Amino acid sequence: MLRHRALTTKLAALGLAAAAPAGLAGVGTSDAAAALGAPAAAEIIELRPGPGHDLTVGRCLICHSVEYIPSNAPAMNRAAWQKSIQKMRDKFGAPITDDEAKEILDYLDANYSGRS
Amino acid sequence: MSTRREALLGAAGLLAAPAGADPAADRPGPAGDAPLRALPGKKPLIQRAFRPPNFETPIADLVPRYTPNAAFFVRYHLANIPRVDAGSWRLQVGGPSAQGQLALSLADLKGSFEQVTITAVNQCSGNRRGLFSPRVPGVQWRNGAMGNARWSGVRLRDVLHKVGVAGNALEVVFNGADGPVLAATPDFLKSLPIERALDDTTLIALEMNGEPLPHWNGAPARLVVPGWTGTYWVKHLTEVRIQPTAFDGFWMKSAYRLPTGAFSTARFASQENSETTPITEMLVNSLITSPAPAARLHRGEPARLAGKAWDGGFGIARVEVSVDGRRSWREATLGAYLGRFAWREFEVALDTSRKGPLEIAVRARSRNGSFQPDQLTPNPAGYHDNRVQTLTVEVS
Repeated sequence: MLRHRALTTKLAALGLAAAAPAGLAGVGTSDAAAALGAPAAAEIIELRPGPGHDLTVGRCLICHSVEYIPSNAPAMNRAAWQKSIQKMRDKFGAPITDDEAKEILDYLDANYSGRS
Repeated sequence: MSTRREALLGAAGLLAAPAGADPAADRPGPAGDAPLRALPGKKPLIQRAFRPPNFETPIADLVPRYTPNAAFFVRYHLANIPRVDAGSWRLQVGGPSAQGQLALSLADLKGSFEQVTITAVNQCSGNRRGLFSPRVPGVQWRNGAMGNARWSGVRLRDVLHKVGVAGNALEVVFNGADGPVLAATPDFLKSLPIERALDDTTLIALEMNGEPLPHWNGAPARLVVPGWTGTYWVKHLTEVRIQPTAFDGFWMKSAYRLPTGAFSTARFASQENSETTPITEMLVNSLITSPAPAARLHRGEPARLAGKAWDGGFGIARVEVSVDGRRSWREATLGAYLGRFAWREFEVALDTSRKGPLEIAVRARSRNGSFQPDQLTPNPAGYHDNRVQTLTVEVS
């Protein structure tokens, strides 16, 4: 069930990716789905469930897989996550609104702030 | 060249292979916290990130003198990675400080320039970032974002001289075929000072260990900057631009930088400011490859300590080993000299005549007089961890 949801979320994210960025222009969602067929299990990293999970996964997966989130947790606190999200928006052009940034920050801080 | 669709299908191949090939590859990696998985054409490596692919070489694969291509680490910043068609590939060479313009095919590079080979360590700037304390954000590499290979191709200098270098040239900028998913994300471009670009050890490599470059290591051509960290070794090279100004792209101005003055390595003056400066040369460093981290030794049985030592291109002067918690040191035997940019193998017999712990420490000294320190020099991006290497093994 969790796996299924993660896959659905990923494909939704890719649908978004296919619609927006120049990098994937001309590649429809069905192509993306075919390209990311069943073997996609290899990529699935389960993030902790909670408010903001789907938005976080959906936005992050546009550009990168999400191992970075748990692997970086020991280096992160709320301020560090805020800085990271701001970098993704300002430097890397991530399509994240102010409201979304707040929701993503709350999710990451609640689940992946491991710095004492 | 390749299309966007091929790039995506390339990613599908990347997804398919790990699931089918080797079930054992999904066991927890030797790093403990990341799985071992195989990219197409690679053996199982430590998966630090799947997309863009960042895969680390396990220490066991750093034992051979030359790191096998199938085990060599993989590092990308951006996820749009085309499979470049070698036949239609062209290297564009020009820029405002070039006296002409060239579009070179692989056949041109192989036929019109002297072919050279250099053995060199390629080490990611962030190798060992995951060992920093306090922890630093970024890819949490441990020891295997590095390898030693024979790189063959042509001198960048010869290509630059062929196109002609104007007197006002300051930097040379390099672009590769890999790019961002979003148009708004800065493409991965790097620059070198003109002097380093004209150094006769800087190569455009077409081969690695006698084979064409693997896709994941930059086929069909990559930059090789011996002595400098991997960030400059641009993969899937497509464009070389000579210019009279400091390149102001994100990956030079904002990334891969150190506090100015914190390290006494080669300067990159045109990119330096009062606060930060680009990372350049590697520091003198070493790696213990044997005993393995969790090994147990048996009393009375022969055992040896072995590993590699390297630096930014001065050459290793000596490697010293302690087995008593750094109280006394002796010199290790060095292996064959493979060139000043290669790593140097070292080994020493371990005394297993008594039960108890062996508190091993290894420190290398460069011919430039520098040696491995006991402490990290803190820096925000987690670069240059070249601390004395330690390992405690039990003799029982």
